[in-house]
Amino acid sequence: MSRISKAFENKKAFIAFVTGGDPDLETTEALIPQMAAAGADLIEIGIPFSDPIAEGVVIQAADERALKAGTTTDKLFDMVKRVRQKIDIPLVFMTYVNPVYTYGTEKFTKKCAECGIDGIIIPDVPFEEREEVSGACEAAGIELISMIAPTSHDRINMIAKQAKGFLYCVSSLGVTGVRSKITTNIKEMVDQVKEVSDIPCAIGFGIATPEQAREMAAVSDGAIVGSAIVKIIAKYGKNCIQPVCEYVKGMKAAVAAA
Amino acid sequence: MKMEEKKGRYGLYGGQYIPETLIPAVKELEREYEKYKNDPAFQMELKDLMEKYAGRPSLLYYAEKMTKDLGGAKIYLKREDLNHTGSHKINNVLGQVLLAKKMGKTRVIAETGAGQHGVATATAAALMGLECEIFMGKEDTDRQVLNCYRMELLGAKVHPVTSGTMTLKDAVNETMREWASRMDDTLYVLGSVMGPHPFPMIVRDFQKVIGEEIKEQLMEAEGKLPDAVIACVGGGSNAMGSFYEFIPDTSVRLIGCEAAGLGVDHPKNAATIANGSVGIFHGMKSLFCQDEYGQIAPVYSISAGLDYPGIGPEHANLNETGRAQYVPITDEEAVEAFEYLSRTEGIIPAIESAHAVAYAKKIAPDFGTDQVIVVTISGRGDKDVAAIARYRGVEIFD
Repeated sequence: MSRISKAFENKKAFIAFVTGGDPDLETTEALIPQMAAAGADLIEIGIPFSDPIAEGVVIQAADERALKAGTTTDKLFDMVKRVRQKIDIPLVFMTYVNPVYTYGTEKFTKKCAECGIDGIIIPDVPFEEREEVSGACEAAGIELISMIAPTSHDRINMIAKQAKGFLYCVSSLGVTGVRSKITTNIKEMVDQVKEVSDIPCAIGFGIATPEQAREMAAVSDGAIVGSAIVKIIAKYGKNCIQPVCEYVKGMKAAVAAA
Repeated sequence: MKMEEKKGRYGLYGGQYIPETLIPAVKELEREYEKYKNDPAFQMELKDLMEKYAGRPSLLYYAEKMTKDLGGAKIYLKREDLNHTGSHKINNVLGQVLLAKKMGKTRVIAETGAGQHGVATATAAALMGLECEIFMGKEDTDRQVLNCYRMELLGAKVHPVTSGTMTLKDAVNETMREWASRMDDTLYVLGSVMGPHPFPMIVRDFQKVIGEEIKEQLMEAEGKLPDAVIACVGGGSNAMGSFYEFIPDTSVRLIGCEAAGLGVDHPKNAATIANGSVGIFHGMKSLFCQDEYGQIAPVYSISAGLDYPGIGPEHANLNETGRAQYVPITDEEAVEAFEYLSRTEGIIPAIESAHAVAYAKKIAPDFGTDQVIVVTISGRGDKDVAAIARYRGVEIFD
């Protein structure tokens, strides 16, 4: 069983996102094991990109900070390799297709496997283009995480059948970012997936409060939180570890209670 | 299925690299476009708009003074600057906005660089009664104040984009983000032969009238095909429109002029073919100016319309197969050509189009006097007068 599957075994998963290198690599390196200790079941590490078209303003700004601090894909690989010695929860890269393609897709996925990365999420590789990276992922033993959105409807079956690791269910239209209310019928989306696949479904986009996380996890297998964490990092900078971990603890408890 | 055989591919290039949320929207566009493309009523309505509203066909003008001055090939200018709204952009937007209306959309959104595509979209939206919102980099709203006000006059709302480098690429990012949040009633009217399939195909189809007219008009004037067709390239819509009809006519040299800013070897340039490498961005696999880690590079050109770090996928393929040739033109060369055409022919071209004029000036003397070069003047230069004055150190207040 893969590390990702284990994260969902007999429990609802709390998935936390951080932009790698925001505000700097040392902080991210210290933060990840602490987030794991605070209860994160899976951690997504964003490889910053100059033009993150699926992100709202909060993560856009984090990408800018990380790039300005000199973060590169190679430096992130080195950081992950060190972090992997300390923790056993699944680590997943979240980035855009250009940094992967330009690095060399096969070289990239191989490097992921060597450093202990378990999967990758690439929002601008939809089902139709997955062959661009899926072969290299399989060869390296990395799980390519698929996404479904509120607009997917009759595409859900096709996507769910091919999905690996977990299925990232996008809760709302638009881009990442905190939302006061999620209006999509998440239960319906998840039910449709479960008709054709037993892949775990985690809900992301817009979740910030414990109430939202509990609500989302109640109808799925887990909740993903990005912008709310990145906001704390933006506020506290290098001193973000304690406030982020407190937040993670609260969110984990909410998800576990769902 | 092999990737090369997929729809929306031009050799290695093209594709549909966009988030899942948007896939149903581009598929809907593809489906509806295929339907209306073959609908005689739609085509008739579009033809009518092109002729009676935009003023097509545009003139193919024999630039006699320029020809004599350069002492080589006969130079013809394809006058897209004479179209309503002053550029070739109207061809595409009349098609896409009409399509939006047929699809039952009530709102269109678009990116713009220099403002030409924004103005054209706002115009078509006003004509057809659709809501219109334009995303434009903050740098460009500052450089092109008049075009911003023009769009507002036409009833559009202009959003200055403050993310990233605050230029055209960021305007595209923001328009995509906006589309992903609202697509039920909204169509993204993309301004060039770029982005995810079906945009490169649709924009090319609506622009190919330029080359079709060139062929017919030159046949009438000279009884032959041109020896070369020259056009400027940012994303590449006026060039693709000029080239497409001639692709099978291998005797016709197709030359795209890209913006080299302060020089191809200077960090401040936007010459994608000269300096770019293969990447995947803005929905397409193509050539991009980027660093070794795939971070998109900030680019620069005096021309806001060519200030884009990528190029349409069909151009990338024409370059790879060698069917078209792409050459870099610097700011200085473009400004000289801008002034040259103004003085020689009494035609003030857009600074974008001046890049094509600059290359024609360079190569015309090497051609025989029985040979013909057609230069596409993609737009008129009124919008650039203040910037050129500044470039020459003249203070004027617009």
